[in-house]
Amino acid sequence: MKTLVIAEHDNGVLKPETHKTMTAAVKLGFDVDLLLAGENLAAMSEKAASIAGVSNVLVADDTAYAHQLAENVADLVLSLSDNYSHIVASATTTGKNFMPRVAALLDVAQISEIIDVIDADTFKRPIYAGNAIATVKSLDTKKVITVRASSFDVAAEQAPVSVSAIDSKGSVGLSEFVSQEQTESERPELTAAPVVISGGRGMQNGENFALLNGIADKLGAAIGASRAAVDAGFVPNDMQVGQTGKIVAPDLYIAVGISGAIQHLAGMKDSKVIVAINKDPDAPIFQVADYGLVADLFDVLPELENAL
Amino acid sequence: MKILVPIKRVIDYNVKARVKADKSDVDLANVKMAMNPFCEIAIEEAIRLKEAGTATEVVAVTIGNKSSQEQLRTALALGADKAIHIETEEKLESLHVAKLLSKIVEQESPELVILGKQSIDSDNNQTGQMLAALTGRGQGTFASKVDVQSGTVNVTREVDGGLQTVALKLPAIVTTDLRLNEPRYASLPNIMKAKRKPLEVIAADSLGVDLAPRIQLVEVNEPEKRSAGIIVEDVATLVEKLKTEAKVI
Repeated sequence: MKTLVIAEHDNGVLKPETHKTMTAAVKLGFDVDLLLAGENLAAMSEKAASIAGVSNVLVADDTAYAHQLAENVADLVLSLSDNYSHIVASATTTGKNFMPRVAALLDVAQISEIIDVIDADTFKRPIYAGNAIATVKSLDTKKVITVRASSFDVAAEQAPVSVSAIDSKGSVGLSEFVSQEQTESERPELTAAPVVISGGRGMQNGENFALLNGIADKLGAAIGASRAAVDAGFVPNDMQVGQTGKIVAPDLYIAVGISGAIQHLAGMKDSKVIVAINKDPDAPIFQVADYGLVADLFDVLPELENAL
Repeated sequence: MKILVPIKRVIDYNVKARVKADKSDVDLANVKMAMNPFCEIAIEEAIRLKEAGTATEVVAVTIGNKSSQEQLRTALALGADKAIHIETEEKLESLHVAKLLSKIVEQESPELVILGKQSIDSDNNQTGQMLAALTGRGQGTFASKVDVQSGTVNVTREVDGGLQTVALKLPAIVTTDLRLNEPRYASLPNIMKAKRKPLEVIAADSLGVDLAPRIQLVEVNEPEKRSAGIIVEDVATLVEKLKTEAKVI
């Protein structure tokens, strides 16, 4: 019995989700091999070998995996699957894309977004936008699992283990990469930031999101948004926190002008400390906030920036 | 081209799910049900492709008990041409659903299948990808733009950090993200007309798919409650509490 973890990366840097997913994988109790599928991976594979719990790093370095197209990555993982009882990836947009394809090719069910490992077959996962937690037992011989990274700690470091190149399976020819449009940001990544400050519909427009910049700078925070703010066109959608956006669990989450709809709470209610700033004292966000401030955000934000 | 749109009947997204006292599952008795929001977006996209002259026929399909025909009628009222109901009383997993849908794909041979990216009940985000695997087709998941060309479809995908565009060989599978479009409402005349549109019922058992459970639901619990917070008077108190009490800044 061995576990295969597929690393989350951008061909240059290993994402923190990889280190958190390793923590979940180690909890399964078996040796863990880490697969890097991508292009120009030499520098990154050394770093991967130093993540605590990794037994072997497998590197599939080929243009076919450069953009981690689901069709090609799933084919590669399938070719390695005989050696593993558990196949694990983070529940990022990349992992969510190729893992169910792997599961179906193996004719097994997938357990999505686990938040806890009970034993090698049994896991906890949120359902109904996090309003219920299901304990599920996989009855398949092979388990295909995605991990909600925000529920696990970052794995420590170890003395580097061996790195071996594996053969590429090439492209299966169903899809091609056309283009990528990155949202430019110098702030920490939303899903990894220790502090997140998010704006909602109450921000009124995109320009007003600049009011969050000074506070974010002082706290080293990432800036997020509610779906209402994204749908209204204030900010791009990759800033969205919620059931359909990103799931975050920072030490401190500051919700500004966000009412606290179920959909939004699903993405942030596991934060350690929640602060809500809203002028409506009946906003549902106050039911989950550790500290609430009933006030107009346009008065409070400059004051908060000065006080920090 | 023909487009197949699988849809799902789920708890209405405004309803807060309650866990049953015996922890066996979520209580769905007497709860308002509706079409999964991502499926509405899938239907809308198919209809728009038909209005643009790209698609010639839109077929809606659902799997579930008799009540799920309500959601098929909604799909027909929105503009689908015909509906297929795969009837079962069983609670199915994504893999089962993907296998049943692959039989319908075989039967209908659509060039494009558009599904929602996830259902808001199980939050699995699996069925589209599994269907793509089972039918050997390319997949464009989390689509915020779908551009059909001859022989290919370009899909712009919402990924962590931005947008990615992929070109898929047709036939292909697409799953919708929230910003793909704004679904329309069904008009009363269209709701009336939908009652006369064809709705084929197929017993799930007749499709030759093994529906034995692969996942056992051990129990369902309420999430841990957060302890009640406090309302602070002003910014100074807030900052003070965050520094000395919560120790997070």
